[in-house]
Amino acid sequence: MPINELYTPALLEHSQDPFNKYAMENPTCTHEGINPSCGDDIVLSLRLSDSDIIEEAAFTGSGCAVSQASADMMADLVCGLDLAQARDLCKLFIQMARGEATDTELLTERLGEAACLKTIARMPARVKCAELAWRTLDQMLEDRQSGGTGSNLKAATTEDGIPGVRDL
Amino acid sequence: MSLNDALLGAAATAANFVENAASKYAAAREAVRIAEEDAKAALSGDPADITKSPFRIAYPLLAADPTYAYLDNAATAQRPSMVLKAQKEFYTTMNANPLRGLYRHSHMATSAIEDARKHVARFLGVEAASERDAGNQIVFLRNTSEALNLLAHSLPEVVGLEPGDQICISIMEHHSNLIPWQQACKKYGAELVYMRPNEEGVLESATIQACIGPNTKIVSVVHISNVLGIPNPIAEIAQRAHEVGAVMVVDGAQSAPHIPIDVEELGCDFFAMSAHKMGGPMGVGVLWGRPEFLDQMEPMLTGGEMIDSVTEEDAVWAQVPQKFEAGTQDAAGIYAFDAAISYLESIGFETIEERERKLSAYLVQKLKELSFIEIVGSANPDAHLGVVSFNVKGIHPHDVASLLDEENVAIRAGHHCAQPLLTWMGISSCCRASIAFYNSTHDIDRLAEALEGVWGMFHAH
Repeated sequence: MPINELYTPALLEHSQDPFNKYAMENPTCTHEGINPSCGDDIVLSLRLSDSDIIEEAAFTGSGCAVSQASADMMADLVCGLDLAQARDLCKLFIQMARGEATDTELLTERLGEAACLKTIARMPARVKCAELAWRTLDQMLEDRQSGGTGSNLKAATTEDGIPGVRDL
Repeated sequence: MSLNDALLGAAATAANFVENAASKYAAAREAVRIAEEDAKAALSGDPADITKSPFRIAYPLLAADPTYAYLDNAATAQRPSMVLKAQKEFYTTMNANPLRGLYRHSHMATSAIEDARKHVARFLGVEAASERDAGNQIVFLRNTSEALNLLAHSLPEVVGLEPGDQICISIMEHHSNLIPWQQACKKYGAELVYMRPNEEGVLESATIQACIGPNTKIVSVVHISNVLGIPNPIAEIAQRAHEVGAVMVVDGAQSAPHIPIDVEELGCDFFAMSAHKMGGPMGVGVLWGRPEFLDQMEPMLTGGEMIDSVTEEDAVWAQVPQKFEAGTQDAAGIYAFDAAISYLESIGFETIEERERKLSAYLVQKLKELSFIEIVGSANPDAHLGVVSFNVKGIHPHDVASLLDEENVAIRAGHHCAQPLLTWMGISSCCRASIAFYNSTHDIDRLAEALEGVWGMFHAH
């Protein structure tokens, strides 16, 4: 695989100059995600409106270009979405990173720039780098949903705690 | 689309194809050139000439890909063809369960293991009344980790570890020589004491004297750190350990492949190593220990082939080493490990060490020439043996390793199973290049070129 399909100018820009990487003041919720095998960590913060619409997303932490760019792109994408929409996007991204969602047109339409991370599916060791922010967001939203509206949405989660793919 | 556009498109595709073909042709020419040089070196070259590798031809995986720069030897070495042949030979000519059977093939399998024991004992410079006695001080396990786990499991009872006692290790231990002792300390209420090196990565005499004292019962130290790559003063540490009546354990996973080992000269009581880092198979490890300790130690695993007799109520353990070898051993692997040691000895550790010191110095030198590289540990080219760790300024090691892979250069990136060391040094991860005697300066030059490419890619705009 030509590696510059992954390390695109967009990815390098998001990793080197991440617009959404800062410590948010008074976030509605925060969640930490780690990749134990690489030591990468991320703290994701969201500001939600009264009706649980994501108004602002930011992150801090350290990681490789792939995980940082992925987090920054995600933060751009989820603003304006409600919790269910954001979780749908997490599911789609994780499916893409694992090579299970491959429709380029659909991916580009829904994931925008983050669709450039599609090639990560061909680099098994790096999939978890791309997924880190998305898994963290999904877990945070799952916690929030089960705390707020009950556990009716837990059905979408498989037994290993990874967002399910069946009902997408 | 107009005809003109179609023609322009076709021309661009053709130009792209020609460019690709030209670069593939150039790469193939380069591969052939290196393979020819290496083959000539194998026939009549000077083994001390590190610009060529007379040994590469013996390694099927490397010989098949002359431009593959394999620089992750500290994780595992490549296997030479005679080791692969030996592994196959066991299964095709002597396969039987060793120790058990009363027929010819089982005797052959048993002898294969016993001969390997004696060979390992000679390799480690074990002194005993007879070759057989020396061989019986060699316990075959799965790897260095298992050897160190056995010690942490069984040695505390032997030394009477109690609350208030100390176990002393260094901050540069691999997790395998750290977590087992951490667990033992928790279980026995003992304290884990860390020796810390100076800025050059050297354990100083004052540190050794201060950290090992009257309360120290066990000292366990890595011979060569898998991150810093600098030999530790084992003989001095062992002397101090014995002064205070402590037992001295050495993790030799990173030293046994590179320098001659003499456990009597080191003055240690235990020495652990892994076959796969020495060109042998994965899944075979060695623990050498002094009989007075091995005899007193309880086994960690019990079951088949490790008993003298069993009743409904109790069991009597077999003699050392069988006492520690429950279940069927990887006899083929042990036989192949024997062949791996023979191969290293046929080259000679003088040659191996000379080549590797030169290659390590060349590696440090090349990295120092790159302004964007930060060497982790000593920047002295003559200090390293095998391992050199570094970071590319501002670029995460995982990105570096992925991008190098694209250039057919294999290095390790991460915390290298030495998180407390990296935390202590204030970094979360790093890159590591590690060499073996079958590398040449080609491999290191390719690494340096590829690193320039990585830097360029991240700084193109």
